[in-house]
Amino acid sequence: MSGAAGKFRPGDRVRVRTDDRPGHVRTPSYVRGKIGWVERAYGDFLNPESLGHGGDGLPKKTLYLVGFHQGEVWGEYKPWGRDRLFVDIYEHWLDPA
Amino acid sequence: MADHVAAQAGESEHGHPRHELSAYARRVYAIRDILLEKGILTGEEIQAQIEYIEARTPANGARLVARAWVDPEFKKRLLADPKAACSEMGIDATSLNEFVVLENTEKVRHLVVCTLCSCYPRPILGRPPDWYKSFNYRARAVNDPRGVMREFGNDVPDAVEIRVHDSTADMRYLVLPVRPKGTESLSEEELQKLVVRDSLIGVVDPLPAVPEQGV
Repeated sequence: MSGAAGKFRPGDRVRVRTDDRPGHVRTPSYVRGKIGWVERAYGDFLNPESLGHGGDGLPKKTLYLVGFHQGEVWGEYKPWGRDRLFVDIYEHWLDPA
Repeated sequence: MADHVAAQAGESEHGHPRHELSAYARRVYAIRDILLEKGILTGEEIQAQIEYIEARTPANGARLVARAWVDPEFKKRLLADPKAACSEMGIDATSLNEFVVLENTEKVRHLVVCTLCSCYPRPILGRPPDWYKSFNYRARAVNDPRGVMREFGNDVPDAVEIRVHDSTADMRYLVLPVRPKGTESLSEEELQKLVVRDSLIGVVDPLPAVPEQGV
């Protein structure tokens, strides 16, 4: 969980990629295309999209805790402005925003 | 455990219960038979794993929380390195992927869900409750956490922020609830009893202190 060498740092704004690919993808569809921020870098982990299909999971991918405002994710959400949603997302699903 | 014993009591030649099985159960037994026949697993290994899983209970989480409530230094260690804190308490968390403790405060409540499947800190808490795996909870915990918590009897004031964690990957999350008011005189063992399983997932707060009788 240490030595995060990924390209994003806490506070960076990111947009979740809108790729739609088959397989053992761990990026929920409800955050694809949404803008959030990197809350924390968790380190490098084996890639589940490879592991889930008998692969070796290499190369490892950096995993981030990404925060979103509930209003950004759902449009309509009450009470507006306060509540947040956090999702664990691998680096290859994130673009700078 | 009762289901397992009952199943064994009625087993046929290959260890299948004799009563009607669902398609999913038949598939599981078929996979088990193939693993045994090919020598990939032994019956003893399967039994040992069942016993390992059954030995994990939410009481482990309650012990961690109660210790954190009475010992601020332990709380710091639990937040900084949860696996080391488990080891300190004699709780085997070695098979856990990665482990994050989310600290509730008077101003923040955390709620844990796995929208993609049923990720849960099983090596510490055992199996998740059925509702945790339901489509209803998984869909609504992310977009209507306040509504879900209200259905559990937990009406969170608008001024309190809710942070939902969708555990989609390698991290497993455990909520450290706020110590209930009026529990200053309770022992660590008494505090453990207030830490119900659902408060470790975050849908409710711990039980309130039982009012003293006849004072």
